Amino acid sequence: MDLNTITTVARPQTRTQLPAWTAGDAWLAGGTWLFSEPQVHLKRLIDLTDLKWPALTITDNHLSIAATCTVAQLDGLACPSDWLAAPLINQCCRAFLASFKIWKTATVGGNLCMSLPAGPMISLTAALGGVCTIWKAGGGEQRIPVVDFVTGNQRNRLTPGDLLRQIDIPIAALKRRTAYRQISLAPVGRSAALLIGSLDADGTLTLTVTASTARPIQLSFRRAPEASVLRDAIVQQITDDLYHTDIHGQPLWRKHMTLRLAEEVRRELLEAMPS
Amino acid sequence: MSFEINGKPFAQEPRAGQCLRTFLRELGHFGVKKGCDAGDCGACTVLLDGEPVHSCLIPAFRAEGRAITTIEGLGGDHGAHPMQQAFLDAQGFQCGFCTAGMILTCASLNQAQRTDLGAALKGNICRCTGYRSIEDALLGKTNVEASVEPGAAFGRSLPAPAGPDIVRGNARYTFDTTIDGLLHVKLVRSPHAHARIVAIDKSEALKVPGVHAVLTHEDAPSMLISTARHEMDWMDPEDTRVLDDVVRFIGQRVAAIVAESEAAAEEACRRLKLDYEVLPALIDPEQAMAPGAPVIHPDRTTANRIADAQRNLAAETHGEFGDVAAALATSAVTYEAIFHSHRVQHAALETHGGLAWLDASGVLNVRTSTQVPFLTRRALSDIFKLPPDKVRVFCERVGGGFGGKQEMFVEDILALAALKTGRPVKLELTREEQFIATSTRHPMRVHIKAGADADGKLTALQLDVLSNTGAYGNHAGPVMFHSLSESIAVYNCPNKRVDGYAVYTNTVPAGAFRGYGLPQTLIAIEAAIDELGQQLGIDPYEMRRRNIVRDGDPMLSPPPSELHDVLYGSYGLDQCLDLVERAMQADGPQPDLSPDWLLGDGVALTMIDTAPPAGHLADATIALREDGGFDLTVGTAEFGNGTSTVHRQIAATTLATTVDRIRLRQSDTAHGGHDTGAYGSAGMFVAGKATHAASMQLATELKAAAAGAWLCDVGSCVLEDNAVVSGVRRMPFAELVKLARERGQPFAGSGNSGGTPRSVGFNVQGLRIAVNKATGELRVLRSVHAADAGIVANPMQCRGQVEGGVAQALGAALYEEMVIDATGRVTNPKFRDYHLPSFADVPRTDVFFAETSDTIGPLGAKSMSESPYNPVAAALGNAIANATGIRFTAPPFKPDRLFPALHAKFGD
Repeated sequence: MDLNTITTVARPQTRTQLPAWTAGDAWLAGGTWLFSEPQVHLKRLIDLTDLKWPALTITDNHLSIAATCTVAQLDGLACPSDWLAAPLINQCCRAFLASFKIWKTATVGGNLCMSLPAGPMISLTAALGGVCTIWKAGGGEQRIPVVDFVTGNQRNRLTPGDLLRQIDIPIAALKRRTAYRQISLAPVGRSAALLIGSLDADGTLTLTVTASTARPIQLSFRRAPEASVLRDAIVQQITDDLYHTDIHGQPLWRKHMTLRLAEEVRRELLEAMPS
Repeated sequence: MSFEINGKPFAQEPRAGQCLRTFLRELGHFGVKKGCDAGDCGACTVLLDGEPVHSCLIPAFRAEGRAITTIEGLGGDHGAHPMQQAFLDAQGFQCGFCTAGMILTCASLNQAQRTDLGAALKGNICRCTGYRSIEDALLGKTNVEASVEPGAAFGRSLPAPAGPDIVRGNARYTFDTTIDGLLHVKLVRSPHAHARIVAIDKSEALKVPGVHAVLTHEDAPSMLISTARHEMDWMDPEDTRVLDDVVRFIGQRVAAIVAESEAAAEEACRRLKLDYEVLPALIDPEQAMAPGAPVIHPDRTTANRIADAQRNLAAETHGEFGDVAAALATSAVTYEAIFHSHRVQHAALETHGGLAWLDASGVLNVRTSTQVPFLTRRALSDIFKLPPDKVRVFCERVGGGFGGKQEMFVEDILALAALKTGRPVKLELTREEQFIATSTRHPMRVHIKAGADADGKLTALQLDVLSNTGAYGNHAGPVMFHSLSESIAVYNCPNKRVDGYAVYTNTVPAGAFRGYGLPQTLIAIEAAIDELGQQLGIDPYEMRRRNIVRDGDPMLSPPPSELHDVLYGSYGLDQCLDLVERAMQADGPQPDLSPDWLLGDGVALTMIDTAPPAGHLADATIALREDGGFDLTVGTAEFGNGTSTVHRQIAATTLATTVDRIRLRQSDTAHGGHDTGAYGSAGMFVAGKATHAASMQLATELKAAAAGAWLCDVGSCVLEDNAVVSGVRRMPFAELVKLARERGQPFAGSGNSGGTPRSVGFNVQGLRIAVNKATGELRVLRSVHAADAGIVANPMQCRGQVEGGVAQALGAALYEEMVIDATGRVTNPKFRDYHLPSFADVPRTDVFFAETSDTIGPLGAKSMSESPYNPVAAALGNAIANATGIRFTAPPFKPDRLFPALHAKFGD
């Protein structure tokens, strides 16, 4: 929709050109959320396009995803064959409530910064041990794991003027075997629970719970747990107040779906383990 | 900046925060529609460098230097794009408002996406079709009949006349026009559920550059009105004003700002200073009649047509035939339960809104998105004290209605703004405003008691209904009465009792909605029929057969009615039950489901009067044109109901011609005559009769003229293949034109219909479902619907109306839910939080028609748009009970709502 209070758009090309942050500013990445709701408190958009951050960079140790990388670009990444976790990328893209038409515009960074419980890029990057790099408003950088970056429903660690620059995913995480489960109130509706399990070479099983909880919650087991151990751990570590409630799912149901999907994830990973 | 749109360069500069959608529309590309303006519905889809995007989410400046293709440019210079042709061949549209976005999206799908349409099309909402015809378009199916010989149009699957314009983006909806010097209206809305406006300071608002007027209750006529539109004004209470000094729900309009731009109007809205005295609010309908409850309309009386304002009672009804209590006490089996039907929204993709201007002759013109142009003209004439001929209300094509546009939500403000400023004005509601400030379905609590004897014959049926009409009583009474009418009249039962209360609350008003109260009571009644049958070991079909009215049985619902004009013009309920039962029993693929899935079947039926009660009027005129074709003028509006197609079919059949020779003019008070409006499926049953009568009269005239010329007996003349024929003599219509010229008067006919007597139509819905006992997920495995529509005027279209009704009802039964919090605020006023059925959510429905011919309806036809919606939630409730053994009584039947009871019964 038209954002009628916007009077200017800044289009910096380098970090030094970023304008001094003032009240009424907003970063413009894809803009797919910004333009979807009235934003009467905003006066200026700072467009990140001309910073021309490379969308995806693969180094020896990391896959670096620029905050401005679109969902479609990430979905289109040709992954090396030893990235066993590669299917997760498409699975999480498909978990978007939004259509593939939005993926062309919406960005990975935007999804993280929105910090909705159902943000599937949060699920993906949290499960893969992603680390956010933040350009601090006053200068300098800060690195925060994705699981800690999102602190609640539409809450995160950014302070005004901070800019999410990129998310680094360890290559080692991309080589893990993963299992994915998602449920929502409608066949292609917003995620009410999205669970990802991964299995490390040393047998560590990590379960990342998103969508059902207000923020991502990770549980790690040195070796694959029995069903009851997993269940008890979830019940203990994810207390009832952590379950998210809104029109897309009542908390009691989200809790039970979390328990159910977690067990399915556990079993799938166990079956994949070399015996 | 430079933009390339459909191959042409544009140098205009978008505003800083402007989105591509409005930029394209400002440059005249009206094929780009606004459904939600938030990226959820896909109606604004365009191609950006060949890739589909939602243009409402794209900052316009980002399209600089890129190639934009709108629906108007998709076909290029070569006519229609294959996908546009495919949508025409399959008729993959009804109102057509989503069609441009749908076609552009479908045209860009790759092979992989085409194998998973549920995912590929989740960003495109169609509120009308139920998606089957859209899938047909993608599959390359042709649903229209190729050609039909003259005089044989009725009963054939002919395409909608607007189709070519719709698929090319050229059909003009409400806002698809340019007016010079247009001012924009934005509304200030109440933040309080109940408050008195004690002070207004316009000064800051008026200082905003470009603001022309700030209109409040001080500027508006004081006349009490209802937003509801009925032929008879007495049907609705007069309990609101154009702008009131008391606001009774969050979102009620408080002031209208008229400005050069929407941006200026919005800024002035923010700067208008209003002081409110907050009043106690009543949110819970259960509390409405309790002593000490806040009174919402304390100054009103029965003179305002409010049943009991001091008890917040907009309308009530009580009646009993026989002695229900005594019958229940002696029945072999009884059933009692309380059902709650929730609040849902029409979600027509075109929002309410319109344009108004005063023309050179001083006529106030209102171009608006309405189902009732004539009744709106009458209301504006009354409110603003203008002679009827000084007000013109019209619509071209309307983007969906579903009852929501049987109201006056914007036209009075438009008139006020145009009259006060003397300028052309536009008011287009946002999607959020649709949710918080138009109307919804009436939420209802239905307490049912029912009994049957050992043979399964109903002994008693009692309904106690509490209907929540919200802050105003638009449609409060008629919906409540209707909910207690055909729903119980369809069953023979010696003892019937009803008590109905429509209560005010400080919430967004409820209003007319497809089904008009029947779905909310049917869910209780149809459950009771099943539950009684189950106790007796009688299956649901047999239980219904033992109790339904048969042709000629009195159709009774207490209290006794003054109206005795509902007749069995035809009767096909027995056939509908047989058709559904047979189809449900037919072999089909066995679903591959884990043991967690419980299977169940459900059925429900409905009867509906074929027209609204107490008067529904329609005029039609038809004239022979100079070229030998005909001009047909009707008042009824087209919003996807398909009446434009059917009116031409009726006229062409009666006049032995083809539909392409009938030019239809519609829904414009300037054309003269009267039409109550397109609601209650009256566009065909009532207005169609008028068209038939007009055509008959013209046919008689044509025959008489030819007989006069031939000096033969008019009785020997018939119409055949665009000519009058008598024996071997043949006079083509083109020749009759000459006769008309000679006599100095064109051949014309006129007809009208009073909407009485009325007939009854029937629908039966069957569903087979699976419920996952561990997750609460629900899948529809089979959906079967049988309709008794008399002689089906257009099988393709009628099937579409049924499918669309089933889809909309499944949406309400499975997903859709407006949530109102304790303060009275709608908490989910957007499509991403109000889940409309998308392609993935809607099963295919097998549609069957009973073979009947109605003695009252035009050419044997009955209405069939509203009623397919009615039995679906009830059938679903019955199927869930059959699958799980649990009777769920409060839709929507979402997984998280089914889960607690499933978990309690089946465990982990």
